[in-house]
Amino acid sequence: MTELKTPSKLEKVLAQGHLAVTSECGPPRGSDPEAIRKKAGMIRDHVDAINITDNQTSVTRLCSLAACIHLKGMGVEPVLQMVVRDRNRIAIQSDILGAASFDIHNMLCLSGDHQQFGDNPKGQNVFDIDSMQLIQTVRLMRDEGKFLGGDAIDRPPSVFVGAAANPFADPFEIRVPRLAKKVAAGAEFIQTQCIYNLDKFESWMEQVRDRGLHEKVAILAGVTPFKSAGMAKYMKNRVPGMDVPDEVVKRMSGVPKENQAQEGLDICVETIQRLKECEGVRGFHIMAIEWEEKVPEIAERAGLYPRPEV
Amino acid sequence: MIVAKPKPIEEVIDSVKPYDRILLVGCNECVTVCEAGGRKEVGVLASALRMFFMNQGRTVRIDERTIERQCDREYLEELRGDMDGADAVLSLACGVGVQFMAETYFQKPVLPGVDTCFMGGSLERGVWTERCQGCGQCVLAVTGGICPVSRCAKRLFNGPCGGSTKGKCEISKDLDCAWQLIVDRLKELGRLDDYEKLAPIKDWSTERAGGPRTVTREDVRQ
Amino acid sequence: MAVPCTGKVDLIHMLRAFEKGADGVYVLGCLEGECRYENGNLRARKRVEKAAEILDKVGIGGERVAMYNLSSSEAPQFVRFATEMTERIRRCGPNPIKLAMKKEAA
Repeated sequence: MTELKTPSKLEKVLAQGHLAVTSECGPPRGSDPEAIRKKAGMIRDHVDAINITDNQTSVTRLCSLAACIHLKGMGVEPVLQMVVRDRNRIAIQSDILGAASFDIHNMLCLSGDHQQFGDNPKGQNVFDIDSMQLIQTVRLMRDEGKFLGGDAIDRPPSVFVGAAANPFADPFEIRVPRLAKKVAAGAEFIQTQCIYNLDKFESWMEQVRDRGLHEKVAILAGVTPFKSAGMAKYMKNRVPGMDVPDEVVKRMSGVPKENQAQEGLDICVETIQRLKECEGVRGFHIMAIEWEEKVPEIAERAGLYPRPEV
Repeated sequence: MIVAKPKPIEEVIDSVKPYDRILLVGCNECVTVCEAGGRKEVGVLASALRMFFMNQGRTVRIDERTIERQCDREYLEELRGDMDGADAVLSLACGVGVQFMAETYFQKPVLPGVDTCFMGGSLERGVWTERCQGCGQCVLAVTGGICPVSRCAKRLFNGPCGGSTKGKCEISKDLDCAWQLIVDRLKELGRLDDYEKLAPIKDWSTERAGGPRTVTREDVRQ
Repeated sequence: MAVPCTGKVDLIHMLRAFEKGADGVYVLGCLEGECRYENGNLRARKRVEKAAEILDKVGIGGERVAMYNLSSSEAPQFVRFATEMTERIRRCGPNPIKLAMKKEAA
């Protein structure tokens, strides 16, 4: 077993050689923490850790950090998602310390969707540092106990650092170099964009393995169940960086409307089962957006339940 | 060059309304190239304004002048004679020229007639595009001649982000993804391996964030 | 006003005519695709459109300016356009500036 660097439960599950399972919750567009507790309550027993999104799609919501603190309060392991769109390096380091003060031990470093997509298209954006540099910053704070400015940190954060990867995004020729860069920057786990094109994903994984990257970083394969054929079509045509093969859309459309949700769940479970056999896939990130109640079914049918006691 | 576009005429009318005698000043450099504030544009705007006010039953006198550039006191001085009678100055120069005008002619109201947009170049007549944000520390040698600060919507130094689709930026199909361009260029130059080098955190203190900037060249000062 | 090509007609020429009180201005150019100088008549059309836009914005009325295309052998066409333009301007009425100038002179 590899030596643990943090008290993170997610790190421990992976270090012990288990397939890890994570999921995500979006905070409410208001200040009621019950919304978060309810969603987390539905999935807590079926996952090792729960991501809290950070003003996803630039739509203003309760902040990820506060929601993570509520999760801690329930005894659930959070993954703090942090985008660099809204914060400069001062706020970033400050929030990392804030998270650490509540013993939040997992972080996912992201760029963030452009504010044009959200409810404040006229706002400024920051991008003081980018997502790669954010990974480096967290590692610096943790491993050297230093701020970016060079001063020493009192009680440095102890964070298991993650990043996102999208094997389906353009430009194609740098998809693996980009992963290599994130690993070089210090990423310890990866959560991928949701996978529907299994052939393409497996070919990406082959190149990842060729470079030995699968041994340096724990890759969690992202999956999202389709609720309907409409959703499949929408994601195919309207969501950038998403690869939904025609056969998958056909499969969803080929089923009567009242059965489509079940078909979507079936596809999701089959995806997990196939990827369990893919060398280098160390776990799954189940993103059931606004359908959190289905995560237990997916995890159970895919043989990922119960979660190991670590 | 500095690219500007003419302000909507309703806005200009609204700002010059209080005045009876206006000195309308154009600039012979950048705003002439982007057809927003040169001699021709001065003539057209002056004519349009006169007609508007005549139609309102007012005779507003609009004097037309175009100087070499408005960002140099030397040229602004040429207007001293025209200034006495003017109630206000309407400048079609970029924001720099308007401000220099206001500083030089401190007692005169100075109004802008164009919206200054960015530093850029001409793709074709009528289409000007942004290329430089004046970050003060040019990295073009590293990025194959394509600027991540001015051409990436997120000014990423280790791009692209996950939203890059078919060479276009997530915010618009009309916008090239800067990082796609950089990758293409690095490939062309046989330098694709450079892509994996991690770009360090940018020093933004030489950019707007560090405060208004001045370049002083002692070697050149008189 | 005769020019070798309508491409020579600039925006300011049209505007000045109205400034001086003209009720209407029409520009007659060669058929599109048959400009001896390639695209002079296309430039003219763009300028006529711009003039119309400005005239609307300043309250004079963009209908007062128009561009027509014909070949030099189409005399009846010429007459038709002239008639049409005259009708159009009659409908617009006199240029308000002309009235304003008269008032001031009085």
